[in-house]
Amino acid sequence: MYSRAYKSAVTLPPVAWVTLFLLCAYVILFAHSFWSVRDGQIVRDFTLGNYKQIASSPLYLQVLFRSMKIAGAVTLFALLLGYPVAYYLSFNSRHKNLLFQLVIVPLWVSYLVRAYAWKTILGSDGVLNTSLQFLHFTHEPVSALLYSPFAVVLTLTHIYTPFAFLPIFAALEHIPRNLIEASHDLGGTPLQTFWRVILPLSLPGVVAGATFAFVLSLGDFLAPILVGGPSGIMISNIVVSLFGAAYDWPLGAAISLCMLILVVGLLFATERLEKRFSYQ
Amino acid sequence: MNASLLRIREIRKRFGTREVLRGISLEVAEGELLTVLGESGSGKTTLLRLIAGFEQADSGEILMSGERIDELPSYKRPVNTVFQQYALFPHMNVKENVAYGLRVTGVASSEATQRADQALAQVKMTEFASSSPTKLSGGQQQRVALARALVNRPKLLLLDEPLSALDANLRRQMQSELKSLQREVGISFVFVTHDQDEAMALSDRIALLRDGLLEQIASPSEIYNRPATAYCAAFIGKTNLVRAEVKAGQVSAGALRWRAAQQDGLVLFSIRPESIRVAGGAAQNGYVRFVARITQQMFQGPTRVVSLECGDGTRLEARLRGDTELATQSEFEFDAADAVAVKETA
Repeated sequence: MYSRAYKSAVTLPPVAWVTLFLLCAYVILFAHSFWSVRDGQIVRDFTLGNYKQIASSPLYLQVLFRSMKIAGAVTLFALLLGYPVAYYLSFNSRHKNLLFQLVIVPLWVSYLVRAYAWKTILGSDGVLNTSLQFLHFTHEPVSALLYSPFAVVLTLTHIYTPFAFLPIFAALEHIPRNLIEASHDLGGTPLQTFWRVILPLSLPGVVAGATFAFVLSLGDFLAPILVGGPSGIMISNIVVSLFGAAYDWPLGAAISLCMLILVVGLLFATERLEKRFSYQ
Repeated sequence: MNASLLRIREIRKRFGTREVLRGISLEVAEGELLTVLGESGSGKTTLLRLIAGFEQADSGEILMSGERIDELPSYKRPVNTVFQQYALFPHMNVKENVAYGLRVTGVASSEATQRADQALAQVKMTEFASSSPTKLSGGQQQRVALARALVNRPKLLLLDEPLSALDANLRRQMQSELKSLQREVGISFVFVTHDQDEAMALSDRIALLRDGLLEQIASPSEIYNRPATAYCAAFIGKTNLVRAEVKAGQVSAGALRWRAAQQDGLVLFSIRPESIRVAGGAAQNGYVRFVARITQQMFQGPTRVVSLECGDGTRLEARLRGDTELATQSEFEFDAADAVAVKETA
């Protein structure tokens, strides 16, 4: 067996890494959320002021609510796009590998490039507006395309659909094919087979994919900066500005912790849901 | 034989470059239990999947009660299947599994419930109605799969090696239950297996498949006693294959000689080990006597298998009753009528 020294040599670095950059960071964050700022200085006295401020300020709740709406919309669209693609790939095995790579390939491209691409497409001199004017659908650029919640949802959907697709595809691949044959054999039409056999058995994948899409887009702050405009601001942008320009770390920490609790709660709930839907 | 229910005509199926079925024709009668027997790769499962509609034949026809079904999708065919791995829906309980076929075909839910209960009672699984199929043993899952397939009252039930996953004792028990269930419901069964004993025990007729061709289709006793080919004779039961020269009705294989109504030339004969016995008393008419050396004896309960070597080197196996001591050199005999001429197998 491995010696004690070898074992600790192998395990120590990652443990140290997690402790230092994750656990310690959370502790610092946690502590800050109960402190306050006065005259540009952090006051290390216990207070619930930050949390009270969050609960009583319509701005933060409104942005948080909007972030959840955007994340929810992204999740919905990612599932609506990801599920049919996963279904097609899983059940039409002709070019499975090639098509699978095509779905995955956007993940190799930098997030920034993909977000900028949408900026180029949606902008007032962008590809979409120029084409619309060329085809005489409008006479002047449609400015609502860019710098709107719509643009954020569109960009995030593009970026996170592969994350929804992957677990759905995996779940579909795990459905024993003889179950589908059994359904047909017993008189189930393809549509009935989908609703009664395939969809229920792929639900763990759908839940996992939805969780990925929702959690990742809820915490996103780059897409709102690049394509969101003032009306597309999300909660992470507020945290960024509180830690940056506003220099209110305690309030930023409190909002971050609220988000963290929200997300962790969500993960617990979806994990239980996944277990409930799986039968293996 | 009753009226024919299923008729398969010249079915061919190719997967890539491999021709899995090379022109199969057969009929299944009303109420018949036909076993499709063959080694793995013989095409037996493919044949079943073509009847069920999970695969499409390249050419040929499948007719049921005179109407073509090979162009129908599987969900419109009046057949149901018991799958090898049972294929029970893991997200439904036992009763929901059984009622599935009724629900999707639009049977009223009160009737569906009643029929599902009835089917579960038929396979003695009533007490498990609300269990999850994943919690059941192999034998229990097997019964549920059977109930689920029978509840739609198909004209024909297809069974794809349904007992292969069960242990030997349970398999024998299920064989006898299957057979009585088939008599009870009175529908035709097409039963795929690679186990020749199972085929012999269950079938009204056996269709023996080899490399995508039908080797022989006959009742178990006929296929055993009158095998058409050397392959049949060797696959079903054990046999001695003896190559003999026939000239004007006189058969000679080494030291063995007898008379048979065969065309002149080289002929292969199958002699079952149990048709060879120890010679005693005066030679009877039509019996072939020979002296052989015993090279090995294997005791098998009621019988023993004795390996013999004739003076000219011909090796034979004999299955003898009783346990009388035999001299190393003894005289044996068999009825010339038990030597069955079989076709050579390529």
